[in-house]
Amino acid sequence: MNARNKAERRLGWLLCAPAVITMGTVTAYPILYAIWLSLHRYDLRFPHDRSFVGLSNYWSVLNSELWWQTLGNTLTITLGSVSVELVLGFCLALVMHRAIFARAMVRAAILIPYGIITVVAALAWKFAFDPTTGFVNALLNLEGAWLTERWTAFFVIILTEIWKTTPFMALLLLAGLTLIPEDLLKAARVDGASAIQRFFRITLPLMKPTVLVALLFRTLDAFRIFDTVFVQTRGAQGTETVSITGYNALIVRLNLGLGSAVSVLIFICVILIAVLFIKGFGTSVAQQRGER
Amino acid sequence: MARGKFNQNLAERLFWGSGNVMVIVYALVPVAWIISLSLKRGADLNDNRFFPRTLSFEHYQAIFQDPQFPAALWNSVGIGAISTLFAVILAMFAAYAIVRLEFPGKQVILSGALAIAMFPAIAIIGPLFNLWRQIGLFDTWLGLILPYMTFTLPLAIWTLSAFFREIPWDLDKAARVDGATPFQAFRKVIVPLAAPGVFTAAILVFIFAWNDFLFAISLTSTNQARTVPAAIAFFTGTSRFELPTGSIAAASVVVTLPIVAIVLIFQRRIVAGLTSGAVKG
Repeated sequence: MNARNKAERRLGWLLCAPAVITMGTVTAYPILYAIWLSLHRYDLRFPHDRSFVGLSNYWSVLNSELWWQTLGNTLTITLGSVSVELVLGFCLALVMHRAIFARAMVRAAILIPYGIITVVAALAWKFAFDPTTGFVNALLNLEGAWLTERWTAFFVIILTEIWKTTPFMALLLLAGLTLIPEDLLKAARVDGASAIQRFFRITLPLMKPTVLVALLFRTLDAFRIFDTVFVQTRGAQGTETVSITGYNALIVRLNLGLGSAVSVLIFICVILIAVLFIKGFGTSVAQQRGER
Repeated sequence: MARGKFNQNLAERLFWGSGNVMVIVYALVPVAWIISLSLKRGADLNDNRFFPRTLSFEHYQAIFQDPQFPAALWNSVGIGAISTLFAVILAMFAAYAIVRLEFPGKQVILSGALAIAMFPAIAIIGPLFNLWRQIGLFDTWLGLILPYMTFTLPLAIWTLSAFFREIPWDLDKAARVDGATPFQAFRKVIVPLAAPGVFTAAILVFIFAWNDFLFAISLTSTNQARTVPAAIAFFTGTSRFELPTGSIAAASVVVTLPIVAIVLIFQRRIVAGLTSGAVKG
């Protein structure tokens, strides 16, 4: 290795160091600290009562009904929103791809939900479904307080998530659509394939890597759901999600030991989901991300 | 024959055209609703109508007279701007090195950044809360700027790397052959080519910081550093039992409109940024 290569190496590391150090201090170090905390009895309300308790915090969490219920709630919201988002996102992407007029306007409009802060989106839908301020009941000729019952509350939460994040999905899918060679679709059309056949035989298979990336991103994002639930129900009516449980234990009840055990379990769930996607649904995602 | 073709085109146009209209309605309804709510008179808030009967700016006056909201707005703008500035500068260094230099470990940096982008923020809230309290960063601007930078760096590095790869870096050499100094070549040739990418990354980072809620409610406690999303969620009315709907709606509109304006003005770049990082990778 010559001096030039060495200098290039050093410069490369030097330029990356500030970013790497910042990312490391605020994620790697706290997650290690969280693991350490989770093995201790550490409650800020009783600061002197600190001791090493091994895995007993995990034992308490995994044995509590609340954890399994909130995990179920989180998975319900994740599955409910991501599956609808995929279908709706595909529709939106196709509309944008084939838009004949007002293309710029449609693309601009779809970015609005992306730009709006989640808290505001959650409040807007909360007020819309509210029996005293909202217009939804008047519109549908219904009576009922949506956010005071479990399944209707889930409905509002999932609707909010879908509204807010479908555009992201749609834009990723649109980018994938534009990569499909137009000639291929034209040739299939000449050969007599119907629009539906063209979609399922050509478009969808070629879109597989894009769909997987979009699904992985959105699933992990949806699993972390916090803002919408916090604003709309604060976890009441059996809509508590794992992030809300973690927040309540850590910040509301100041139980750092138990709360950290919840945090570490959430972290493990996220890793499991990522591994499941990458191993289970095709290595194309990992390859695609890794190569470039 | 020609006529049939024309009809088919017309049907197709109508189909996709109505699709367009639906997309626009879909995007706009909640925004229009929250604007309309913020403009209703206090007495009309519970009339269950989508549009206000009479327009009134009383809620806007109310939130700007209350000390909470202007403070939160200032915190949001300041914290958002500073985190964006620093995140983009650090990401620029890193992305430049990743695209232009050969050194071992750059794949590790890229995949590490990707892992952080997928990181559940709740997993580090407890340790950060405890640490920040101990070293005095709790309820300060810096206490939010650090996590915001960390979580936006991956996005910024990926976006900028994708943009930097498209830049014809040889132009820089060509300019130097033509007699420009290295600095001139960089400033006149590379900077203008890189600027759109940098700008895109900055917008995406700013939107993240502006949007954050979890860090904002966990790591702050007073007007000193509480940002708008947290302030809105903790707005209290005149009494505990009365939700100040009008004020919340007005505050929501104030934080929404600037971002919507940015998004609409720079939509092309945002779309390019969102998709370059994720799809082209």
